[in-house]
Amino acid sequence: MNKDLQPRFDVLVVGGGPAGMAAAVRAAECGVRVGIVDDNASLGGQIWRSGSEGGQPKEAVGWAERLRTAGVTALCSMRIFDQPEATVLLAEGTDDVHELRCENLVLATGARERFLPFPGWTLPNVMGAGGLQAMVKCGLPMRGKRVVVAGTGPLLLAVAACLRQHGAEIPLICEQASWGNLARFSLSLLGQSLLGPYGKLIQGLRLTAELGGTPFAANSWPLAAHGRQTLESVTVSRGGKSETIRCDYLACGFHLVSNIELPLLLGCQIQNGCVQVDDLQRTTVPKVLCAGEPTGIGGVELSIVEGQIAGLAAAGRATEARKLFGERERARRFASILDRTFRLRPELTSLPAPETIVCRCEDVPYSRLRQHTSWRAAKLHTRCGMGPCQGRVCGPATQFLLKWNPASVRPPIFPARVESLAAFADGPAPEHNQVTGGI
Amino acid sequence: MLSPVTLMVNGSPVAVPAGTTVAVAVVAAGQACRTSVSGEPRGPLCGMGTCFECRVAINGKPHCRSCQILCEPGMEVRTD
Ligand SMILES: Cc1cc2nc3c(=O)[nH]c(=O)nc-3n(C[C@H](O)[C@H](O)[C@H](O)COP(=O)(O)OP(=O)(O)OC[C@H]3O[C@@H](n4cnc5c(N)ncnc54)[C@H](O)[C@@H]3O)c2cc1C
Ligand code: FES
Repeated sequence: MNKDLQPRFDVLVVGGGPAGMAAAVRAAECGVRVGIVDDNASLGGQIWRSGSEGGQPKEAVGWAERLRTAGVTALCSMRIFDQPEATVLLAEGTDDVHELRCENLVLATGARERFLPFPGWTLPNVMGAGGLQAMVKCGLPMRGKRVVVAGTGPLLLAVAACLRQHGAEIPLICEQASWGNLARFSLSLLGQSLLGPYGKLIQGLRLTAELGGTPFAANSWPLAAHGRQTLESVTVSRGGKSETIRCDYLACGFHLVSNIELPLLLGCQIQNGCVQVDDLQRTTVPKVLCAGEPTGIGGVELSIVEGQIAGLAAAGRATEARKLFGERERARRFASILDRTFRLRPELTSLPAPETIVCRCEDVPYSRLRQHTSWRAAKLHTRCGMGPCQGRVCGPATQFLLKWNPASVRPPIFPARVESLAAFADGPAPEHNQVTGGI
Repeated sequence: MLSPVTLMVNGSPVAVPAGTTVAVAVVAAGQACRTSVSGEPRGPLCGMGTCFECRVAINGKPHCRSCQILCEPGMEVRTD
């Protein structure tokens, strides 16, 4: 294998959500060679997830069309698991492994839901809020199903609206934030609407119409899920009183956490759980930029504008990128409001019982974790966070429950097949595919 | 409407619309995806490839994250 003969991407984007798509489009439209990698079978990320039903919002279709026209190489069903040298990333496909080479890198790895453990949360049919929505977009029938939606964040309303559209009955939406916080949130959204391209962020208001008649409770959260082999009912604390509701699914997520594993692996500076970037979305590592949810949870508008700035900057068009700073500033204001409104209330730290499993990969109960004083010690002694999710679920949970700091990673950042790891270990040149620039 | 796809989940045929993920086919068939190390049944949690709770064997290949894989005609899915 002669690596020097391989052409390389001028800009490689990791993550095919709104931020990554916008970055890839803006860079490719400058005439440079661009590739975009995503773990999913198609581009779109979380909000523009395509599935069995087709039908994407106009904005998503627009970006997808520009992506094709600009000649971006889309590499789907591939996830980056390691970086053996500065300009090389390794990606595992369904049955193969690829070496991707690039000059500049844009990390647009998005966010995931935060899960908090409570008794019964490991039962089948207890899912994330966005998790159940993703399953529904991918074909899960909802007609006639009863779904309790719980947790925190604007995602709960979007999910409830989507589930209702698909025929689910929603007996209750439980939001842990207080009415006071929510009222301030709605008011600031109204204020923002006067500021310009904010129509879509008022989704909240449009959603209220779509949600007409769905009971919504603030100051409320799940206490326990019940069932033998699968979920049968859930007990919630609703404004201080507990109440048990029969249901087929519990859609429960506590807002979002940034996916910073790849930026961490690459050595990017992290602050408060987010990737630190300068005004051109450059991280502290040369030629590595970052856009969208990894720089802070801010919603789709912020992801798109950050993506555009990163794409232009990576293609060497700083002057054009600067024209978008004003738009990004407005979108960032929304991000800070989100943060304040949906901050987790301290009562939620008492959700898990001693026997409640916190690390679902290794089945480690809360009582065993509490014997330790740090993430590192717990990992060593209980195997917490050592399973295939590598702490992506229990890490943010222990961060909230026990104030631990799980921010360190080791390659591979996703469990990779032995063949994939072996393919790039020292030794004779292995057989593998090299995906390179151009189509 | 796209034409349906029929796959086998634990030996029984399940018909789903094209574009459906394997995780959805398993949940729609009323099955758990895997058994945890302490013996609990588990199903999908995140729906987006990060939690690994939806692992199943597909065509004999173990530990596939079924929420990231689309159903194909004749696919053999096994939960444990
Ligand atoms: C489950 C879920 C559902 C959501 N639903 C909504 C909604 O309905 N409405 C709404 O307004 N907002 C929703 N959000 C918020 C959403 O994150 C943003 O609005 C928007 O999608 C952010 O865009 P992004 O490009 O920054 O990240 P994302 O859309 O998250 O895209 C990141 C992409 O990067 C990929 N990726 C990450 N790491 C790797 C890797 N190592 N290798 C390859 N690929 C990788 C991921 O698979 C993902 O496709 C949801 C979030 C989640 C987690
Ligand atoms: S449901 Fe989480 S990885 Fe598939």
